[in-house]
Amino acid sequence: MVAPVTVALSELNLPTLAPMLIAIAGALGILIIDLIKGNLHKSLFVMLSILILLVDLGAVAGLTVGSRGFFDLMLIDGVSIVSQIMIIVASILFIPLALTSKRFHEFSYPEFFALFLFMIAGFQFMVSSDNLILIFVGLETASLSLYTLIAMHNRSNSFEAAIKYFTMGALAAGFYAMGSAMIYATTGSIELSSVAQVLNAQLSETPNILLITGGAIMMLVAFAFKLSLFPFHTWAPDVYEGASAPLAGYMSIVPKIAAFVVAWRIFGLYIYLDIESVQWIIIALGVLTMTLANIMALVQDDVKRMLAYSSISHAGFVVVALALGTTKGDSSIFIYYSLFMFTNLGAFAMLWISRSKKRNFGNRFDHPYEKFAGLIKIMPMGAVVMALFMLSLAGVPPFSVFWGKLYIMSATVDAGYIWLAVVMGLNSAIAAYYYLKLIVYMFLKDPVKDLNVVYYNISKPLMFMIGVAVVATVASIFFVQPLISYITEMVSMSAYTVR
Amino acid sequence: MNSILSILVFFPALAAMLGFVVEKNSARAYGISIAAIEFLLSLWLWISFDSTSGAMQFVEYIPLIKDFGISYYLGVDGISLFLIVMTTFMTLIGMMSLSIKTDIKNMIITLLFLEMTMVGVFVALDAIIFYLFWELSLVPMLYIIGAWGGPLRVYAAIKFFLYTFAGSLIMLVGMLYMAYIFHEASGVWTFSITEWHRLALPIDTQLWLFAAFFLGFAIKVPMFPFHTWLPYAHGQAPTIGSVILAAVLLKMGTYGFVRFSLPMFPDASVMMILPIAILSLIMVVYTAMIAYAQKDIKQVIAYSSVSHMGIIMLGLFAMNSIGITGSIFQMISHGIVSGALFMLVGMIYDRRHTKLMSEFGGLASVMPKFALIFGVMLMASVGLPLTIGFVGEFMVLMGFFIVSPFLTVIAGTSIILGAVYMLALFKKSFFGPVTNDENLKLNDLTGTEIAALVPLVIVVIWLGIAPSPMLQTIDKSVNNTLILMSHKAQLPETKNTIFIAPQSTKETK
Repeated sequence: MVAPVTVALSELNLPTLAPMLIAIAGALGILIIDLIKGNLHKSLFVMLSILILLVDLGAVAGLTVGSRGFFDLMLIDGVSIVSQIMIIVASILFIPLALTSKRFHEFSYPEFFALFLFMIAGFQFMVSSDNLILIFVGLETASLSLYTLIAMHNRSNSFEAAIKYFTMGALAAGFYAMGSAMIYATTGSIELSSVAQVLNAQLSETPNILLITGGAIMMLVAFAFKLSLFPFHTWAPDVYEGASAPLAGYMSIVPKIAAFVVAWRIFGLYIYLDIESVQWIIIALGVLTMTLANIMALVQDDVKRMLAYSSISHAGFVVVALALGTTKGDSSIFIYYSLFMFTNLGAFAMLWISRSKKRNFGNRFDHPYEKFAGLIKIMPMGAVVMALFMLSLAGVPPFSVFWGKLYIMSATVDAGYIWLAVVMGLNSAIAAYYYLKLIVYMFLKDPVKDLNVVYYNISKPLMFMIGVAVVATVASIFFVQPLISYITEMVSMSAYTVR
Repeated sequence: MNSILSILVFFPALAAMLGFVVEKNSARAYGISIAAIEFLLSLWLWISFDSTSGAMQFVEYIPLIKDFGISYYLGVDGISLFLIVMTTFMTLIGMMSLSIKTDIKNMIITLLFLEMTMVGVFVALDAIIFYLFWELSLVPMLYIIGAWGGPLRVYAAIKFFLYTFAGSLIMLVGMLYMAYIFHEASGVWTFSITEWHRLALPIDTQLWLFAAFFLGFAIKVPMFPFHTWLPYAHGQAPTIGSVILAAVLLKMGTYGFVRFSLPMFPDASVMMILPIAILSLIMVVYTAMIAYAQKDIKQVIAYSSVSHMGIIMLGLFAMNSIGITGSIFQMISHGIVSGALFMLVGMIYDRRHTKLMSEFGGLASVMPKFALIFGVMLMASVGLPLTIGFVGEFMVLMGFFIVSPFLTVIAGTSIILGAVYMLALFKKSFFGPVTNDENLKLNDLTGTEIAALVPLVIVVIWLGIAPSPMLQTIDKSVNNTLILMSHKAQLPETKNTIFIAPQSTKETK
C-alpha cells in the first residue's frame, strides 16, 4: 500500500497558475458562448478576448517575484513577469486588427479566438517554468494553436505556410526532445536549476564536454528554428507571406519573446558556466542571421517578405545580446522587443489595411512595392505613418527601435565585443537601404495604377491601433527611462540558477 | 531668457507642423516669415551672448534617460554661435530665393524640419542628442533631393543617405564605447560632451575612438576618399538643396571635429596631423584640378566646395588658435559664399535650363547685375582680400605655417588653383561676345532675386573688412578648447604642438 499523499492546497501556490488558467477558462467560455448561440459577430469575440486578456494582465501584475508553485514546476521570476506582460500587451494590440471593414474568413469562427487564447496560455506556461517538460508542453500547445491560426486564413498559400511551419516545428520539437534527453543523461535532472548545479560540479572535475555541448547544440537547433536563426530561417518568409499580415507581425514578436525567454534560461546557464563554445556558436549564429537576412531582404519584391526578412535580421540582433551573459545584455533583449513590438506590429497593420481580396498587382504577391508607389498622393497620412515605421525599423533616432538598438549595441560594447557592435552598425546601414526603398516608392514615385486599393480594408479600430503604434514609436524617448529601469530591475531579480 | 536654445531648435519644427494647415499659395510667405523670425531669434542669441566669455552659455539640462545617462543638454559657445546664425541666415535667404513651383508647401515644411535638425546639431551638448539631430537631418535632405532633383535624383538621394548613415553608425559605436570608458572611470553613465572633455584617455584608445568618429565626420565633410557622394548629390539636388547642403550640412562634419575629436582625443589628433593634412591637401589640389575639368557650372562649384573644405580641415588640425579660429571663420564664409554661388547657378538654370558653360558666353553684357554679383561671390570664393573668403583662408594658412611651412606652401596653391578654375568659369560664361542667340533674350535679376542676393553681398564685404569682433568671440572658445587639450595631453610632443597664444590665455584666466 502506498501511503496516501497529502498536499495542502496552499502549498500548490495556485496564484502562480492563475494567469494561464484565466486565458484557458476564457477560451472555453468563448466556445461555450458559441455553443449556446451561433452566428455571433466577431466584434463580440474580439472585445471578450481583450477583456480576458486584461484580466490576465491583472493577474500577472499581482504575481510576486521569486515564487514557485505547483510542486516547483512553476517559476515566477522577474523575466517571467516581464515576458508575460509583453506577450499579453502584444496580444491586446493584435486582436483588434480582426475588426477590418471587409470580412475575412478566419475571424467569423469563434474557434479562432479560443485558439488564440489557448496559444497565449501556452506561451505563458513556456516563460514561467524551468522544467524542460513543462516548457515543452507549453511550446507545443502554443505552436499547434498557431499553426491552426495560420491555416485558417483560407488561402492556398496559407495552407502551405501552416504545413511548412508545422513540419519545421515538428523537427524543432524533435531536436528539443533529444536535447532534453541529452541534458537528462548528463545531469540526471530536467529542472534547470538542478541541471546548473550538477553541471557546475561536473565542470570542476573531468567533464564530458562532448555530451554537455551536445545537449546544448541540440537545444540550439531547436531554438534556432523557433527564433528563425540562420540556417534554420528558411521557413520564415514563406510562412509570413502565407499568414495574414497582422498574424505575421504577431509571429515576429510574441513567439520570439517566449522562445527568447526559454533560450535565455537554457543557454544563460551554459554561458554562466563559461562554456565558451556555446557562446561563440550563438554569436556566430547572430552575426550570420543579421547579415544574410539583410542581404536577402535587399532583393525582395514584396513588402511583406521584406518585413519578414527584416524581422529575422532583428532577431539576429537580439540573439547577440543573449550571448553576452551580462545583466545589461539580458535586459536589452526585453527592452528591444518591447520597443520593436509597436513599430513592427504597426508596419504589418499598415499592410493589413491595404490587403484586398484579389491580387491587383500580378498573381505572385499581395504587397509588391509598386502597390505603395505614390502613396503620398493617394493617402498622405498613411504614407507618413508607414515612413515613420520604416525609419524606426532602420534605427533612425528618436524613434523607438533606435533606443533598443542603442541599448543592445551599448551592452555589446560593455561586454568587450566592440567588433560585434561595429558589425551591428554596418548591418543597420545595409538594412536602411531596403526600408528606404519603400519610402522612395511611397514618396518619390508616381502611383502605378488608378486603384484606391491601399486603404481597402481600413476601419476605425485599425486606425486606432495604428495610432497607438505611432504614438509609442514617436514618443518612445519619454518612456525609455522607466522601461529600462523596470526591466533591468526585473531581470536582475531573476537569479534562479547559480547566478 | 535661458530657454532661447530650445526655442531656436523647436520653433521651426512647430511651425512646420502648423504649416500643414497653411494654404498652398501662402506657404512660401509663411516659410519666409518663419525663417525670418528664426533668424531674428538667432540674432537675439548673438546679442545676448556674452562675448567676453569662452564658456558654454544658455545651458539647458534636463535628464531624459537617467539610467543610461542621456539628457537633453544644450549650450552654445563662440564656436557654435556663428554657425547657428549662419544656418538661420542661409535658410532665410534660401527660402527667399526659392524658385520651385511644384509642391511648394511640402518643400517649405521639409525645409523647416531641416532647419530644426541643423540648429539642433550645433547646440546639442549631449552626444546622443547630437546624434539624433545628425541622423534626422538626413531625412529631409533625402526628400529634397529625391523629390525635386534631376533625373538621377533617387540614386543620388539614396547614395547620400546610405553613405552618411553608415559612417555615423560607426561613430555611434564610438560614442557608446566612449560612454563605457567614462562609466568605467567614474562609475557614472553620461553622454554629456562637456563631461567627456574632462576625461583623459590612454593613447591607443584615443586612436581607435578617433578613427570611429573620423569615419562619421569625414564622410560628412566630405574628406578625400569619401567625397564621391557629394558631386552626385549636388548634381541632382535642386538649388535650395545644394545651397543648404553646401552651406550648412557639410559644416556639421567639420564642427564635429572641433567639438568631439580635438578636445576628446588631443594626442590622437596631434598624431594624425600629417595623415589628415595630406588628405586635406589632396582635397585642395586634386579636387581643384577636377573642378577645372568640369563642363557644368554647378559641378565646378561643387568641387570647389570640396576644395575649400580641405582648407577648413587643414586649419582645424593646425592645433593653434589662429588656425582653428580661421578655420571656423572659413566655415561661415564658405557657407555664405558657396551658398550664394549655388543660388546664382540656380538662377541661370531657371532661365536657360542648362548649366553647361559651353551654352553661355558674354552674359555680362546681357545680365550685368547678375554678372556683378557673381563676380563678387567668385572673388570671395577665390579669397580676394577685403572679402570674407580672404580672412579665413589667410588665417588657416598662417596657422598651419607654424606646423609645417612646406605643406602650407602646397595648400597656398589653392588660392592660385581656385583663381584658375573660377576665372576660367567666369571668362567662359560672362565675357566675350554672346555666342548663343538664346542668351540674348535673358532677363536680368528680378526684384526678389536681388532681395535675396544683396544681403549676401553685404555680409561678404562687411565681414571681409571688419571680421575682428567675430574672430575675438570665436577665439575665446577656441582658446578654451586648446587649453583643455594641452591640459589633457599625455605625450610631451602633443603639448609642444598645441600652441596657445600667450596673450589670450591671460584673458581667459
